[in-house]
Amino acid sequence: MASAGIAVPGAGIGWRYGSRSVRAFGCWLTVYRRIWRSSIWSSVLGPLFFLGAMGLGLGGLVDRHGTASLGGVSYLAFVAPAILATGAMNTAMGEASYPVFGSVKWNKIYVAAQASPLRPGDIFRGHLMFMTMRIAMNAALVTVYMRALGATRSAWVVLAWPVATLTGLAFAAPIAAWAVTVKSENNFAYLFRFGMMPLMLFSGTFFPISQLPGWLRLLAYATPLWHGVDLCRMLSLGHVDLPLALINVAYLAVLAGLGVWAGARTYRRRLYA
Amino acid sequence: MIGCVSPPTAGELTILGRDPVRDGSAIRARLGVVPQEDTLDVELTVVENLLVYGRYFGLPRRVIRERTAALLEFVQLADRARDKVDPLSGGLKRRLTIARSLINEPEILILDEPTTGLDPQARHVVWDRLFRLKQRGVTLILTTHYMDEAEQLCDRLVVMDHGRFAAEGSPRDLITHYCSPEVLELRFNPELHDLAADKLKDFPAERSEVLADRILLYVTDGDAALAAVRASGLEPVTSLVRRGTLEDVFLRLTGRRLED
Repeated sequence: MASAGIAVPGAGIGWRYGSRSVRAFGCWLTVYRRIWRSSIWSSVLGPLFFLGAMGLGLGGLVDRHGTASLGGVSYLAFVAPAILATGAMNTAMGEASYPVFGSVKWNKIYVAAQASPLRPGDIFRGHLMFMTMRIAMNAALVTVYMRALGATRSAWVVLAWPVATLTGLAFAAPIAAWAVTVKSENNFAYLFRFGMMPLMLFSGTFFPISQLPGWLRLLAYATPLWHGVDLCRMLSLGHVDLPLALINVAYLAVLAGLGVWAGARTYRRRLYA
Repeated sequence: MIGCVSPPTAGELTILGRDPVRDGSAIRARLGVVPQEDTLDVELTVVENLLVYGRYFGLPRRVIRERTAALLEFVQLADRARDKVDPLSGGLKRRLTIARSLINEPEILILDEPTTGLDPQARHVVWDRLFRLKQRGVTLILTTHYMDEAEQLCDRLVVMDHGRFAAEGSPRDLITHYCSPEVLELRFNPELHDLAADKLKDFPAERSEVLADRILLYVTDGDAALAAVRASGLEPVTSLVRRGTLEDVFLRLTGRRLED
């Protein structure tokens, strides 16, 4: 805001019409109104296919061999909250990688915004708000599907929605902070191949991590996705181990917080140079 | 640095009386920027581009709507208001970028090579609009490689060479100071070129310059000089008498060699 009491055009109005980060967020909403149709496939049908194929298709097979190792619930009920958390991670990785890079290199949304009163940190937080909105939108949809398919065992599942959103944010913030520094988009291939894939497979998503050898299990505990999956699953099944849940939330919140902190710095380094 | 998007590396800088490092955001609120490369969002419409930008400045939608109508009228884009930006020609995009840079009614407008890549018609429209802004009291800071552009638009001009001021003044002053009122360009048959150059070495010009294909004589009266050249027995294949221009000044100050 204006310092030393000097009247600055725009500053006072900005205070009245939302902070500068919100103004940056507004840009993304305008863009989204134009392009939301292209995200329909992955947002609406993707998770439905996943729940159908994994939960019902594969689940049919699994359930025939007994579900004791799943905690006595159907495979659909076991895998659905994991699909919720994983979906949030995938949305986060998609929104925080190429779009961030492209805003510097391709459509130059950041570059244009930079000539305005917005500061690099505002540009970052505004974009992060939009990513969070997209994550929350997709997570809400999956939660509704879960309920509709009878994949939930508890009304606590409504809390799985914000938890999944937090999980997404815990990925989006640090990835965006990194993506803005990237010089070539090839780097994102590594993110998806060596980040997204193993996390998706080994974070207690499709099978309990009790199936993993001990050292790999420890590794799984250290990954953010496991914390998101664990928490969503506890809420969806209605067996909430409170101390563990608090650890899950704390882990995700710290990761998101670190990302928000780092992003303000990396954006500044990249855009104000 | 003036746009407060790069930190000053050395020395002191104040813009509108403020410190760009501390008050960058407040300063940028009063600046307009037309970057060398358009940064329009090509997926959005003309109007949406102005809306997004106006919102960056925290302007209420009503104000943005009013200004958008006036600005599109000003840059003659009103009939394309609802069109997407992508298919617009380079000249139209340029004008939209200028309109966008004016959404916050800036006191200073920074333009980086505003007409590079435009056809002559589009250039003249842009010049005409920029001149009107100048008349309204907006300060224009312009960088350009086109000397005719500088001559058209600038009151005060700085020739820069390798980051240093080579000369400073009004276009007229610079021409008076660093060039002659007229320039006589002579072209001889290639086999006579060297001979002519030799003969003209002592010609009473302010300055002469021998290029690979032409000989330039910087003189006060070009026609008189041409008559004198002919009287000395030299017959150029072609000759051209023209006014001294900023281009002459620029080339004199920064040299003719291609660099960087």
